[in-house]
Amino acid sequence: MSRVSKTAVLLRRMAALTRKESIQILRDPSSLVIAFVLPPILLFLFAFAVSLDVKHVPFAVVLEGNGVKAHSLAAAYSATPYLDVVPVRDRRIGRELLTRGVVDGFVVIPQDFDERVLNQVPGAAIQVITDGSKPNSANFTAAYAEGVFQIWLRGEAGAAVAPRIDQRQRVWFNPELESRRVLLPGAIAIVMTMIGTLLTSLVVAREWERGTMEALMSTPPSMLEIIISKLLPYFALGLIATLGCVLMAVFLFSVPLQGSLIAVLLLSSVFLVPALGQGLLISTLAKNQFVAAQAAIFSGFMPAFLLSGFIYEIDSMPTLVQWITQVVPARYFVSSLQTVFLTGDVWAQFRWDMFAMLCVGALFFSITLANSHKRLD
Amino acid sequence: MLYRLQMSVVKEILSLLRDPASRRLLIGAPILQTLVFSTAATLEVSNADVALLNQDAGRWSYEYVARVIGARFVDEIVIVQSMEEMTELIDRRQVLIGLHLQADFSRDVEAGRPASVQVILDGRRANAAQVASGYLAEISATLGVELEQRDGVSARGSPGVELRHWFNPNLHFRWFIVTSLSALLTMMLTLVTTSLSIAQERELGTFDQVLVSPLNSAEIIISKTVPGLMVGVFVGLLIVLIAVYGFGVPLTSNPLLLFASLLLFLFSVVGLGLAISAFCQTQQQAILGVFIGTIPMILISGFMTPVENMPVWLQVAAELSPLKHMLIIIQGCFLKSWGVAEIWPHAWPMLLIALVTLSFATVVVKSRLE
Repeated sequence: MSRVSKTAVLLRRMAALTRKESIQILRDPSSLVIAFVLPPILLFLFAFAVSLDVKHVPFAVVLEGNGVKAHSLAAAYSATPYLDVVPVRDRRIGRELLTRGVVDGFVVIPQDFDERVLNQVPGAAIQVITDGSKPNSANFTAAYAEGVFQIWLRGEAGAAVAPRIDQRQRVWFNPELESRRVLLPGAIAIVMTMIGTLLTSLVVAREWERGTMEALMSTPPSMLEIIISKLLPYFALGLIATLGCVLMAVFLFSVPLQGSLIAVLLLSSVFLVPALGQGLLISTLAKNQFVAAQAAIFSGFMPAFLLSGFIYEIDSMPTLVQWITQVVPARYFVSSLQTVFLTGDVWAQFRWDMFAMLCVGALFFSITLANSHKRLD
Repeated sequence: MLYRLQMSVVKEILSLLRDPASRRLLIGAPILQTLVFSTAATLEVSNADVALLNQDAGRWSYEYVARVIGARFVDEIVIVQSMEEMTELIDRRQVLIGLHLQADFSRDVEAGRPASVQVILDGRRANAAQVASGYLAEISATLGVELEQRDGVSARGSPGVELRHWFNPNLHFRWFIVTSLSALLTMMLTLVTTSLSIAQERELGTFDQVLVSPLNSAEIIISKTVPGLMVGVFVGLLIVLIAVYGFGVPLTSNPLLLFASLLLFLFSVVGLGLAISAFCQTQQQAILGVFIGTIPMILISGFMTPVENMPVWLQVAAELSPLKHMLIIIQGCFLKSWGVAEIWPHAWPMLLIALVTLSFATVVVKSRLE
């Protein structure tokens, strides 16, 4: 009998605390802004601004030769949809444009170009210079510039000779290689990290800073109850935000959802465990909002951006950094989200990713508990 | 008046450095972040795992596979016996690409017919898969040319292309990332520090004390720019030093030009921070405001993807972001030996942003004073 009433008291206390926390969220519009305004902005930018497919490369064609072949090659460059060509006649201008960053590269078609092509002179007939200060663009620019020349050369040779090794490429899950389909799931992970880690760390740190944590401590609920009831509303906020993101991704930005919504929500719930745990850990160690914010940016937001594998491939990182990514929960979330959106419900992968996220979460919570006894120092 | 200003600046510095945790964080975090992120962020592909389904027993498929195994970007080759096995590996993201050689590969090579190689890419890792496919295409092309030369089909030499990458001849991705981080991390830290310095006082109620003090609005704003500027200069210089001495990035311009640009950039960032905090009542609002402002700024700045890829109206919006201009200046100063003439077109927008935001913040404070 008394046991039942104890449980009832516990539940009522938790409900009251959760309600207090929810009212606080609703009272300060900034947390709602993070949950409902930031996601559309982010998804929108990832859909339109961030594209790893390099098109419209600003490119100068330095035409020094006056022959028919030289003009024909210059025309081939101008006709390429990937290059936005600036025609010039002097390589010094090409250099100037490249140094000032107006173009990402230029090609020099020299005076003896016609002669070299007609007589099949081995060696360099043209010169391609790229702006190495932007390495990724430089690679693409070089590939396009060389490609145009090779295709032009084949066309000149008359009948196109088929290559001896014919490499055919098929892209699974994302046939048009649209980077937005890959990046939008990553954007969801960033939004969730902001809600789970940044927002939570601020909220708990605020209680410490204002001294209201001490007031809460003097009430009957245990530390665990206080913490859980603090986290629950953010858990709900995170799930609602995810749902919003998924709906927007599918209906506004036409990213197909091959897997099930249940899988998305399950993965998100599991991800929120380490994300909230990290926020809690930060605020317990920091106890003021300035430090908490810096720490959340440093350990939550930036890793979610750079170490989660959604833009930069984890396999390509140095071994030491790969180890560090093991405790970045966003890493598992991004890879699972990409799968659930583009491939379907691959539970063999999800099981492992969810297990890893729970492990990281357990790690964060246990460090927090070890550091947060109900004491006032 | 100068004394008043001096005292309030001292107060700001003290309140910034009072807390040992924030001191440690302000120094330690940028160093760690620079080291970790600049080695992590690369768009090159290495250590890729490849699934191989080879149904050909002839010598040419072995030749081809040997070249793939020898390629620098490959870590491990997983040999599979069936298409189902390969599908499973790709579905579960165990491999980046699948390679399929059909039974007639060697026969086609011997007969002089085009021999086909199937490459299956994981579209979830679109960029890496494309880069890896490019590497494989090079292997295929090289083998193809060697075959043609062996059969005497093509001449030994034909007109080619001389390729040069200026400013960074070996295309070290780190040179790009670490220099960009010196602007990016500096901006984040400066913004948070600045926007919190007013918001914190408001939340704790001490801003009213500042307002009733003899300081006028310009003095309040000047003293509030100090903590952000200090943090920014410190972190910015620290990362520049790491770039030069840790990663060996050549600093080809006059370092003073870079420093002057950094100061200008910091003024524009501090101005933005003060403008944001003018709208905010609490620290939480200030931090979230900073995020809502900075994330779009980072995304359209050219740090992750080139600006020229974006729609035109976003390119116009990018002009309003000091980060975009600073990134261009940093690359120019580090790698392209830029002088004043090249820097100025990207410097005056920052100056303009600084003037507008700082005077806006002063006006807001002034309106509170009256």
